[in-house]
Amino acid sequence: MRVNFTVNGRRQEADDVWEGESLLYVLRERLGLPGSKNACEQGECGSCTVRLDGVPVCSCLVAAGQVEGREVVTVEGLADYAKQRAEHGGCATGACGTSGTSLEDARPGVPPDEAWGRAAKGQDSQTGEGTGSSPHAALAPIQQAFIDAGAVQCGFCTPGLLVAADEMLERNPNPTDADIREALSGNLCRCTGYEKIMDAVRLAAARQGEAV
Amino acid sequence: MPTIGTPTKITQGSRTKGGIGESTLRPDGILKTTGEFAYSSDMWHEDMLWGQILRSTVAHAEIVSIDTGEALATPGVYAVMTYDDLTADVKNYGLEIQDTPVLAHGKVRHHGEPVAIVAADHPETARRAAAKIKVEYRELPVITDEASATAPDAVLVHEHRDDHHVGHVPHPNVVHRQPIVRGDVAAARERADVIVEGEYTFGMQDQAFLGPESGLAVPDEDGGVHLYIATQWLHSDLRQIAPVLGLPESKVRMTLSGVGGAFGGREDLSMQIHACLLALRTGKPVKIVYNRFESFFGHVHRHPAKLYYEHGATNDGKLTHLKCRIVLDGGAYASASPAVVGNASSLSVGPYAVDDVDIEAIALYTNNPPCGAMRGFGAVQACFAYEAQMDKLAAKLGMDPVEFRRLNAMEQGTIMPTGQPVDSPAPVAELLRRVKAMPMPPERQWESSEGADVRQLPGGLSNTTHGEGVVRGVGYAVGIKNVGFSEGFDDYSTARVRMEVVGGEPVATVHTAMAEVGQGGVTVHAQIARTELGVAQVTIHPADTQVGSAGSTSASRQTYVTGGAVKNACELVREQVLEIGRRKFGTYHPAWSTAELLLEGGKVVTDGGEVLAGLVDVLEGESVEVEQEWRHRPTEALDLRTGQGNGHVQYSFAAHRAVVEVDTELGLVKVIELACAQDVGKAVNPLSVLGQIQGGTVQGLGVAVMEEIIVDPETAKVQNPSFTDYLIPTILDTPTIPVDVLELADDHAPYGLRGIGEAPTLSSTPAVLAAIRTATGLELNRTPVRPEHLTGTA
Repeated sequence: MRVNFTVNGRRQEADDVWEGESLLYVLRERLGLPGSKNACEQGECGSCTVRLDGVPVCSCLVAAGQVEGREVVTVEGLADYAKQRAEHGGCATGACGTSGTSLEDARPGVPPDEAWGRAAKGQDSQTGEGTGSSPHAALAPIQQAFIDAGAVQCGFCTPGLLVAADEMLERNPNPTDADIREALSGNLCRCTGYEKIMDAVRLAAARQGEAV
Repeated sequence: MPTIGTPTKITQGSRTKGGIGESTLRPDGILKTTGEFAYSSDMWHEDMLWGQILRSTVAHAEIVSIDTGEALATPGVYAVMTYDDLTADVKNYGLEIQDTPVLAHGKVRHHGEPVAIVAADHPETARRAAAKIKVEYRELPVITDEASATAPDAVLVHEHRDDHHVGHVPHPNVVHRQPIVRGDVAAARERADVIVEGEYTFGMQDQAFLGPESGLAVPDEDGGVHLYIATQWLHSDLRQIAPVLGLPESKVRMTLSGVGGAFGGREDLSMQIHACLLALRTGKPVKIVYNRFESFFGHVHRHPAKLYYEHGATNDGKLTHLKCRIVLDGGAYASASPAVVGNASSLSVGPYAVDDVDIEAIALYTNNPPCGAMRGFGAVQACFAYEAQMDKLAAKLGMDPVEFRRLNAMEQGTIMPTGQPVDSPAPVAELLRRVKAMPMPPERQWESSEGADVRQLPGGLSNTTHGEGVVRGVGYAVGIKNVGFSEGFDDYSTARVRMEVVGGEPVATVHTAMAEVGQGGVTVHAQIARTELGVAQVTIHPADTQVGSAGSTSASRQTYVTGGAVKNACELVREQVLEIGRRKFGTYHPAWSTAELLLEGGKVVTDGGEVLAGLVDVLEGESVEVEQEWRHRPTEALDLRTGQGNGHVQYSFAAHRAVVEVDTELGLVKVIELACAQDVGKAVNPLSVLGQIQGGTVQGLGVAVMEEIIVDPETAKVQNPSFTDYLIPTILDTPTIPVDVLELADDHAPYGLRGIGEAPTLSSTPAVLAAIRTATGLELNRTPVRPEHLTGTA
C-alpha cells in the first residue's frame, strides 16, 4: 500500500508498504530517518518515541497505515520543531489557534536520499572534536541540555528520551522531579542510571525559564 | 592517621584547555542527540539483503533432519545455510575455548542455539522463510544444575573435550575449577568466637543493552568481506571470524559502527559470522538485526550462582577465616567462564584482610543459556554473598555493620588470598566512612500539603499505599573488582597518534581500535592528546582493524590500557616534535637544549613558561606519526592447586549506602537513595566518572529487586525473553545517587587512574538487599528479591 503523511514538516509518500509494517519501520527503512531506534518492538523501552499529531507514541506500536494524513515529528525534526515553537509562543505546528508558518514553509528539510549517506562508508562521527562547550546552533534546547549534562552515553535511548522530554517541557515548563520521572517512565536507559537525564531535563527547564 | 594515598600531579599539559581532569563533552554528543549517529542497526547499503537466524526450540536434542526446501523456494529468499554449507575446516568459535558451533552440528545444547540462516530482500520475508525450515529434534535429558551436571551417569554436554582445563576438572561437565588455599583454616576456625554460614543464590542477569546485536557484511572484490559491527573488541572478533570463513585475517576488514551499550554482552560473537557467511554466499551486502526477543538468546548472560560461605570472627570483631564454594552456571558453551571462575575465586574474600582461607570456584557446563561476561564479571556474585555474611557476623557480635567492616577492611599492603600484596591505595575503610557520613534523605518524603504523592511510595502510581505498612531500611556494602585482564593474559593496547598542521592549526589525530560502547573512551582519548601534546584540536579516527588491537572494552580497562597506549604514543610524538624543534630553532635559544620543554596551548614552552616556538612553525612541512603497543605490568596465572599467584594488576573499590522503603504488606520495594563513594585514582573526565558510577549502581539495583532471566528447570527453556517480562529499572524505579569521588593515585597506572566502570555494580546489590533485610527482618539469601519473597508467599 501507499502511505501519505507529514514527517518533520515535510510531506512524505511511502510506496510498497506491507500492511504489517510499523511506523518505525517506514521511518527507518523507507524514509531514511533512522534516528528513532528499535530496541524492543514491544512498546516497553520508548526508544522509538515520536510525536503523532503532537502526542508522544511508540512508533513501533503504530501500524504504518494508521498515520495516513497525519503529522509525525521525529528526533531528526526536533530542533526545527522547538524553534517553531519558540517563534510561535509555544505552539510548533501552528495548530494552537495562532496562524503560523508551517514547518514545511519554514524549512524544506533534508531530502531523504541524503540521509542514506550514512550507508556503509564508515562515519566521521567522532571527528571534528572541539573542547565542546559552545552551544550548537542547530540543536533544540533539550538536545543541548542532554549533551551538556552528560545525559548521553551509548545514546541509543537518547532520541526517544529527547522527544518525550521535549513534549513534557512543552506541557509542564516547571516540572518537579517526580513529574520528570513520571513523564519519562516509558523510556528505558541502561547506561546512565538516569541521574544525568534528570539533570539534563532540569537544565533545559531552567534555561527555558531564563529565556522567557 | 597515616596517609592512605595522594592525588596525581600533572606537569605537561596542565596549562592546556580540555585536557585530563576536565569534564569535556562527548565528541559524538551532537550526532547522538540529532539522530544522525549511525549505530550498527542503522547501516544501509544499496541492494542489501536481510539475514535471519533460525534457533533451536529445545534445549538439548539431536538433530535428526533439517529440511530447507520450502524456505529456499520462498520468493525473495537468496540463500539458506546450515552446518553442511560451512566450507572451512574451522566450524567452531569461542573466546578462550572454541566450543561454540557457528551453526548446530547434529546436536543443539541450549534453547535458542543457531541452526540455520536465511538471507532475503525484506526482513519479514527472511523471518517467514526461516520459520518454514523444518528441523526434527530427538530430545535428550537436560543438565540444569550441579547435581545433574556432575552425577556419575550425567550426559556430557560436550562429549569430546580437548581444552586445556579438562585435565584438572573433577567432571567433564565442569568447565574450570579454581581452588585457593592459604593459611590454616582449621586452626583459625578454633580461634573463632562466632561462626556464620550462609547459602546464597544469585539469579541470571541480562546485560540488556538497548541497541540489539546487529551489523552489515559487505562482500569485497578480492573475495574478502568488510564487516560494520557493534562489538567490544574488533580484533578478538576478527581472530574468531576469519578461520570460519576460510579467509586470512587480512581479507576480513572490520569497522566499528555505533554501539548501543555492551556491558559484557558483546564480548562473544553474535551475528558476525552469520552475516559474513550470507554475504559471501550471495555476493550481496547482508544486514542482520536482532529484535529484543532474539537478543535474549543471542548473547551470554551473567552467570547465575550458588554460593556457600562460612566465616568466623572473634568477639572483638576480627575475621578469623573464610571457607567458601562458588558454583557458577556457565550454560552450554564456555564463553568467558574460566576467567569468571578466576575472578570469583580470587575476589571471593572481598575487600577484607583474611589470612586463612579455603576457597573453591567452579563453572558448570549445562543446557542452560550460555553465560559469560557481564559488568563485574564473577566479582558481583561473590560480593552479594560476602556482604550478606558481614551483616550476619556484625549482628551476631552485636556490632555496627559498618564498624565491623572497617575493622576488617584491607589496606595498602594487605596480602590477598592469592598471596599477592595490594600495592596501591586501598581506601576501603575511608569509603565506608564517607558513604556513611553522607546526609540521609528525609523521612516520609511522599507527604505533601495535598496528601501523599504516590510516585514517591512503593507501588508508585499503582496507588497501593499512602504510607501504611511502609518501613524504611538502611544497608551498607563495599566491594573489590580487579581492573584489566588477569591471570597472565597479555593485556595490551595499540595507539597510533599523528601530529600535523591542518588549516593553520596544530592537530593531533588518535587512531585506535577501541570499541566506544558509550563509556566515553573517545572523549578521554582526546583529553589525553590535548594534555600530552598541548593542542586544542584532536581528531578521533573511527575504530577499525587498520590499526593494532586495543583489547576489549571490558574489565574497566580501556582508560587504563588504551588510554595508557594513547598517552605513551603521544609522549613519543612529543619527543619527535621537540627534536624537530631543536633541529629547526635550537640555535636561536639556549633553552632548547638546557630546559625541560613542554607543549602547551599550541606552543613549545619551557617549564618556566617561556615560549620558544609555535607548534605550527615547528611542524611546518612535517608530520609526526607513532604507532605503539602498550602493556600494563604483567600478571601471573593462578596455581591450579593452591590458587597462589600475582594474578591481578589493579583493584577498584566502591561502597554504597542504600535507603529503601518497603511496603511490608505487599512486598513492594522503593529504593529511596543509593549513595556511593568510590576511589577512582584520577577522575580523567569527572562527568563521565559520575555517569559510570551511577549507571553501574542502577544495574546493581536491577538485579537486587527485579532483573532475572527465568529458565524452566524441567526444560531449560527461557521463559521471559522480552522487556515486558524481563524488567530493568525505569527512571521511576531509580533513586537519587549522590556520589563521593576519592582520587588517590595508583603510581603504577597512567595518571594514577583506576578503572572505574565495574566496582559500583558490585556493592549496589548487597547494599539494597541489606536495607531490605533491615526493613523486613527477613534473611533473604537470594537476589533478585521479588514481592513473594517479602510476603512469605514464594
